[in-house]
Amino acid sequence: MREEIITSGRMNPHIDPHLEIWHWHIPLYLFLGGLAAGILFFAGLYTILGKEEKFAGAVRRAPVIVPFLLVIGLGALFLDLRHKLYFWQLYTTIKLQSPMSWGAWTLMGITPLSFVWAAIHIREFFPKWKWKFGFLEELEKFFVQQKQVLAWIMVILSVILGIYTGILFSAFNARPLWNTSILGPLFLTSGLSAGAAVIILFSRTHHERISLAKIDVMLIGIELFLIVHMFMGFLASTQVQIDAANLFLGGPYTAPFWGFVVVMGMLLPAVLEFLELRKFKIPVIIPVVLVLFGSLMLRFIIAYAGQMSRWLY
Amino acid sequence: MRYAMAIDTKKCVGCSDCVVACQTENNVPIGYCRDWVVEVTDGTYPQLEIEIRSERCNHCDNSPCVRCCPTGASHYEEGGVVLVTPHKCIGCGACIASCPYDARYSHPDGYVDKCTFCIHRIRKGEQPACVAVCPTKCMYFGDLDDPNSAVSKVLKKRKFKTLIPEAGTQPHVYYLI
Repeated sequence: MREEIITSGRMNPHIDPHLEIWHWHIPLYLFLGGLAAGILFFAGLYTILGKEEKFAGAVRRAPVIVPFLLVIGLGALFLDLRHKLYFWQLYTTIKLQSPMSWGAWTLMGITPLSFVWAAIHIREFFPKWKWKFGFLEELEKFFVQQKQVLAWIMVILSVILGIYTGILFSAFNARPLWNTSILGPLFLTSGLSAGAAVIILFSRTHHERISLAKIDVMLIGIELFLIVHMFMGFLASTQVQIDAANLFLGGPYTAPFWGFVVVMGMLLPAVLEFLELRKFKIPVIIPVVLVLFGSLMLRFIIAYAGQMSRWLY
Repeated sequence: MRYAMAIDTKKCVGCSDCVVACQTENNVPIGYCRDWVVEVTDGTYPQLEIEIRSERCNHCDNSPCVRCCPTGASHYEEGGVVLVTPHKCIGCGACIASCPYDARYSHPDGYVDKCTFCIHRIRKGEQPACVAVCPTKCMYFGDLDDPNSAVSKVLKKRKFKTLIPEAGTQPHVYYLI
């Protein structure tokens, strides 16, 4: 039998025996960023469409949690840096070829915007809220007047944020599992689906819940389609990408991926939401939690499995 | 000017002198290495072939690490040498994940570190430390644009390969076969 034995003298920490440079911080951030993008996208979209009253949960209530999501996500990103005191170097340059640079600048725009959006809707939760300083009242008036403009910026930035979380991975041709352009749309769809699920939680009207449940079922359908396409692409590609796909088709990530992401995180909530649309009584929290769980697991599994896929040895 | 290295897999005995020389010259932290020796045994017993390679950063023309660096810390120096500027590096790890050769590591001080082709020695007109110490003289270094450089001459005479050229990186460490 022909054999090939490779012995390497390299044993660099976090590099060998296989890459482990990114831990929980990155997938957690990608999940929170994607979720934030999803919520802000729907908030902006329904504002632009002039359906603020019908979709009050999407426009006014759910976005209030986004600043928290983004701050936790940014905190995780900061913890991931190993040369922390130099993080400001991100904002001394714009590198068009680096998805991370795109992401850093997008976050610079969307984080303050999410604070503004949450602030002008704070009376949803605290009806008697008063700003302590007069200029803040003025500022609020100004932003409320400019709400349509804010909504447009928010929709554009949230799509960039959502898609960049996937492109961050897909730009690395060194990791065959990540090197597929499907990851961008897949993570965007997954973020939108998670966003829709959270809005359902915050929604107070039956009409809004039903509409978002429909959208969510549709998004899950798109996700499944993208996943199938991702594997078709891998299996029709080079040996390293076939090997990468095999991590999920019999390899160590088979059970977690198909069990946690596809069955628990997509098929099950889609069926539950479908039954709900057919007038079955199902506690709304169950499909929502399942969708969020699936979205989080998708990022963890892709992040960790991707670091196991390689070209050389 | 285009610096490159050629390594003779037929002469290399895998003694790891290049590894030790690099660690000493560049103060590489203990437990890390910028270059390393790989031994590939291939075939059906008893017809086995062995190839020994001293590997390092390939100082690619199309470097994924330079492309993905969000701050510009990873950059090209004269002669196509790929370097990291420590005070610009935020330690995000993107370049480490982007390298198909896994030639980079995170220095215990936080920034990313890798082979520099001993650019501080080249600038003084010396050879990189690994090339200088090699006891079998199996490594050649020089300017590819200069037809009289050691590396240009040996690449004209011998058959060679690069590592995973299909990754699109256009590597500049050549292995004589």
